[in-house]
Amino acid sequence: MAGVIYRVSGPVVTVQGLQDPKMYDVVRVGDQGLIGEIIKLDKDMAIVQVYEDTNGLRPGEKVENTGAPLSVELGPGLIGSIYDGIQRPLDKIRATSGDFIAKGVSADPLDRKKKWNFKPTVENGAEVKGGDIIGEVEETSLIKHRVLVPPTVSGKISGLAAGSYTIEDTIAKVGDDEIRLSQKWPVRVARPVVDKMMLDAPLITGQRVIDTFFPVAKGGTAAVPGPFGSGKTIIQHQLAKWSDADVIVYCGAGERGNEMTEVLTTFPELKDPKTGKPLMDRTVLIANTSNMPVAAREASIYTSITIAEYYRDMGYSVALMADSTSRWAEALREISGRLEEMPGEEGYPAYLGRKIAEFYERAGKVHTLGGTVGSVTAIGAVSPPGGDTSEPVSQNTLRVTRVFWALDASLANSRHFPSINWLNSYSLYVDDLSKWYADNVGKEWHALYQEAMKTLQKEAEINEVVQLVGYDALPEADKLTLDTAKMIREDYLQQSAFDEVDTYTTLRKQHLMLNAIMELAEEGGKALKKGVTAEQLSSLGVKDKIARMKYAKEGEIDAYSKEVDREIAAIGGMEAAQAK
Amino acid sequence: MSDVYYKTLNQVTNVLLFVEGIKDAAYGELAEIRLEDGSSVTGQVLDSRNGLAIVQSFAETRGIDVNRTRVRFLGTTAKLSVSTDMLGRVFNGMGLPRDNGPKIYSEESMDITGSAINPDAREEPSEFIETGISSIDGMNSLVRGQKLPIFSGSGLPHNRIAAQIARQAKLLDNSEGFAVVFGGIGINSEEANFFKKEFEETGALDKSIMFLNLASEPSMERIILPRLALTAAEYLAYTEQMHVLVILTDMTNYCEALREVSAARNEVPGRRGYPGYMYTDLSSIYERAGKIQGRKGSITQLPILTMPGDDITHPIPDLTGYITEGQVVLSRELHRKGVYPNVDVLLSLSRLMNQGIGKGRTREDHRGVADQLYAAYAKGKELRSLTEIVGEEALSAGDRKFLAFADRFENGFVNQGFYEDRGIEQTLSLGWELFADLDKREMKRVKEEQISKYGRWKSA
Repeated sequence: MAGVIYRVSGPVVTVQGLQDPKMYDVVRVGDQGLIGEIIKLDKDMAIVQVYEDTNGLRPGEKVENTGAPLSVELGPGLIGSIYDGIQRPLDKIRATSGDFIAKGVSADPLDRKKKWNFKPTVENGAEVKGGDIIGEVEETSLIKHRVLVPPTVSGKISGLAAGSYTIEDTIAKVGDDEIRLSQKWPVRVARPVVDKMMLDAPLITGQRVIDTFFPVAKGGTAAVPGPFGSGKTIIQHQLAKWSDADVIVYCGAGERGNEMTEVLTTFPELKDPKTGKPLMDRTVLIANTSNMPVAAREASIYTSITIAEYYRDMGYSVALMADSTSRWAEALREISGRLEEMPGEEGYPAYLGRKIAEFYERAGKVHTLGGTVGSVTAIGAVSPPGGDTSEPVSQNTLRVTRVFWALDASLANSRHFPSINWLNSYSLYVDDLSKWYADNVGKEWHALYQEAMKTLQKEAEINEVVQLVGYDALPEADKLTLDTAKMIREDYLQQSAFDEVDTYTTLRKQHLMLNAIMELAEEGGKALKKGVTAEQLSSLGVKDKIARMKYAKEGEIDAYSKEVDREIAAIGGMEAAQAK
Repeated sequence: MSDVYYKTLNQVTNVLLFVEGIKDAAYGELAEIRLEDGSSVTGQVLDSRNGLAIVQSFAETRGIDVNRTRVRFLGTTAKLSVSTDMLGRVFNGMGLPRDNGPKIYSEESMDITGSAINPDAREEPSEFIETGISSIDGMNSLVRGQKLPIFSGSGLPHNRIAAQIARQAKLLDNSEGFAVVFGGIGINSEEANFFKKEFEETGALDKSIMFLNLASEPSMERIILPRLALTAAEYLAYTEQMHVLVILTDMTNYCEALREVSAARNEVPGRRGYPGYMYTDLSSIYERAGKIQGRKGSITQLPILTMPGDDITHPIPDLTGYITEGQVVLSRELHRKGVYPNVDVLLSLSRLMNQGIGKGRTREDHRGVADQLYAAYAKGKELRSLTEIVGEEALSAGDRKFLAFADRFENGFVNQGFYEDRGIEQTLSLGWELFADLDKREMKRVKEEQISKYGRWKSA
């Protein structure tokens, strides 16, 4: 027996007489069958949040309970797809309902007809348990999709198939359970793992300010708060493009439609720097733009992280970009307001902090049930009102994330991009990762990075003095420090996302670049002692060379760097001729 | 449509009517509220339950009583009849003619709330619109399908700038269908007349549709008006294949109306009393800009808002900036100096600029010139505040050049006439002229080959 609508108030609908309603069951609301989720039960009434526009919905229309919680379908075909917040494939919806999103449309998240070539990796009769890998299909040129036993299933495997199958075909039996290429998982529940591990390797992003100064570990969490126009989205895009994760899940929650279009048009053309394959072959997109229903925006974050966990369980390193978690929090606030819940700070529900913490806690590097190691790195953009991070979403986020990239409006206004403020940002992974950097980049890396950071901090101090006494009154050594800091800022930290070469810098090149700047500072310091002035040093031609080092291609960097080194070494000899 | 008039009104507040005994009013359904004297106002269902409908009146509830006022539900959500006959006409905030012309009758009527464009169907905006204004074209280029608001303040010439853009924008290229849809939200009659006169003078009136809600008219109409304007724009763009420029002024009045209505509904307030859903609500307006694959038309939005107290962190500009693809910020300081248009280029931004400029679109050095102008001007301004403390003498020779650059940039590049239409080539050349007074070594944002091609330095 179907229930009937008793009350409609925006996205919140009260339903009477629903059969056997359970919390978080998905229901189909009204004659159009809008998708909703039960969020509260009150005697014979079920309160439902509807994921679609409820204009035109009337009391008395019928409501049906699907009896299952909001789930995602996991299987081959996820990669390269674009979904809305509740995993409806936007391209298929467009094919059936046109350029504008119509109400009540549904489409299968994964292609039911497509056949995948399944290769088993276990034998009939083997004992398997939940999470074990029993075979694989080639999903894209970059991703082998490992077929997992659903977490709740275990037993002896039989009837193992091999060859071409759709996601609905049975490819094996475990005990009495039929195994298919796809499985479902409720989005609000974290997929189980054996345990979480210590983090010891960085997510290499090719972005100098991140990799050098504020790295995020694979399996770690990072927050990117910043006012509008400070380049949050560009940073998220850059990470999605260049970071060395195996799989990228990009969630546009409540953001701009044209930005998602940009991702859709540029990603298929971009090549993965390691493999040369299209970046789309490792990317899943979730796009619930700001004008799409607010309840689906709330769900989009969970849909995204569940997909990320699924690939983690196959043993991949996954990076999840959520842009923006503030819009997700606002969706929570809006629904909470409709439920007439007692508001906490700034109208946000009192459980905001818990929800944010729960989300980031689903990140991590893990031993999977199947015995491999996988990771989910979660990077969330935060859009604080007026850029003021004292507001609840920023504060709750900073409490749980371990990297803070503080975007700075004044840097953005002077077109210093990425506008990550080097004095306010931090990464708590620096110590955990120092061994990795020493082994993989160079032993002197840590000292080099610290020296550069010290120079930047010194610059801030000296600048305060300049405000009082003027530049000319500074000692020569301070002038040199200012010059060096300027080089670090302009020639190293600034990086153009739009320049073909500069958009991505390998760690090796980062090392050479930073080394050149600090080497110049050191040689310059020695020269000062011999009476050379800071102004003379400042007019050296080698500075221009270092400035243009970022545009040197990977293949040319060694030769380029040698030449720079040679010129720096020559400073030692210049004193006799130039000093007074 | 129902012929039943309900006389079961039980409670009336400022703008809300509680009608009892209603079984199935649709959420968002329109209602006719008929007063005792035979006059009627329109309302909309805000909350519907079995036995009760809460109707929001679009006009004030003056004269409504509990005993004799009757309510009829119209069986439809708010729709607008659309046709090309609307071009050249002026309508009010309910979509009715306010120019004494005939009502629009059309087969086509569209729901005014619109539907979200499927992100998969959007086409990336990439066609440069030349506005003839250097500070916009050169450094914050507008492209077709973009939404680029003007953040202004009381007493600043935002209307003139908007009018100049509407007049000069090469979107208004006659080779392709173009139209201007103007939405005046809670503006005064002088502002309305200014735009009317502007459109008349440039001959754009026949190609424009105006929706006007004057300051004295009901707040609820301010909430509906931008939706009417955009519905008309969508019809022109996606059915009639025209390139439409939508000017909405003043979005601050819109947000004030939203707050007023939200307060009347007893909703939990968010920041500064504005409703918590203001972001979502604004996005349902701004996101209606764009281009769709396979359709020729486009909607470019130029909303104008006045920042209360010139505060860019105020919720209205703040939430707008998070949705729109950049912003053009006007500066009171430049206005005082007599610079027109008083665009503060450091605070302004066009997010879609890169897609619209460069080789084959404008010129290959466009990005570099823009970045260099920003950097040099930012430096000049920083030094300007430094000299206030330490004096100009304390600056190095190189720094003094930047200081002079900032002045010349404001007076020679940003400043231009109300009727001065600068081509993009001219704008970029102006930039190179300004660079010539700086050291060539400082040119870190432009490529070397561009320096040798366009640089104006006298000798080596």
